Amino acid sequence: MIGDIATTGPTAPPRRNGELVFDAPWEGRAFGLTVALLEREGLGWDAFRPHLVRAIEADPDHTYYEQLAVALDAFVAERGLL
Amino acid sequence: MSDDHHHHPRTQSPIEQRVHALEELLVDKGIVTHEMIDEFVARYEDDIGPLNGARVVARAWTDPDYRDRLLADGTAAIAELGYGGPEGDHMIVVENTDEVHNLVVCTLCSCYPWPVLGLPPDWYKSAPYRSRAVREPRALLAEMGCDLPDEVEVRVWDSSAEARYLVLPQRPAGTDALGEDELVALVTRDAMIGVAR
Repeated sequence: MIGDIATTGPTAPPRRNGELVFDAPWEGRAFGLTVALLEREGLGWDAFRPHLVRAIEADPDHTYYEQLAVALDAFVAERGLL
Repeated sequence: MSDDHHHHPRTQSPIEQRVHALEELLVDKGIVTHEMIDEFVARYEDDIGPLNGARVVARAWTDPDYRDRLLADGTAAIAELGYGGPEGDHMIVVENTDEVHNLVVCTLCSCYPWPVLGLPPDWYKSAPYRSRAVREPRALLAEMGCDLPDEVEVRVWDSSAEARYLVLPQRPAGTDALGEDELVALVTRDAMIGVAR
């Protein structure tokens, strides 16, 4: 279980009333895919956070899940999953 | 793999296409399955909702004065953090100790403090949970993975519109070095209902 997902700051997924908020189905898929890959690789959210930070810095005006999708591509490339 | 996932009922944005293509590639390679992703999305949407309650608990763990206010007047102390509203008044916070474990149920219906805990899980509303929490709480807890030593007293609290209960779990051992934000991540909904330690 990924228990270390940020709850504050720019790398924290958006929430409403404490619940994660997905504004479109693809956002949920992107998040679920990220968690599934981390779990499969035996990694925690910490392994993903640097990619997310870089994506946020690269395109600060994009939405959280647009940034997450970019970070996910970078993570998949780094781990050589494809 | 069939082409079932490739129908395009409407135009997808580039980012949406990219995420979709990545999922398909990783599934085709056998690295993940669609079902795994479904499960994680559901788990995070439905089960890890109670961030507000977790903040209340983490504050109580790190600020003794806040803990005292929380136990004296739950509604007011929770409102200090900005949480409240319908279904969130008449809050009573009960504290777990080495000697006492608290369990919350609503035997009549499904009263639940949603401003701090999000939406109730399905099992909270189920008839077996509602009856067994009162009749045989220890056996129910054990089945839910919460084994309590015999010497720990179990107190069951029946929520209603006039009194909504929230369990203040014990701070886990070995967390002295953690700050409030880090502690938030350790607090689970189940612990705040009392079906986990």
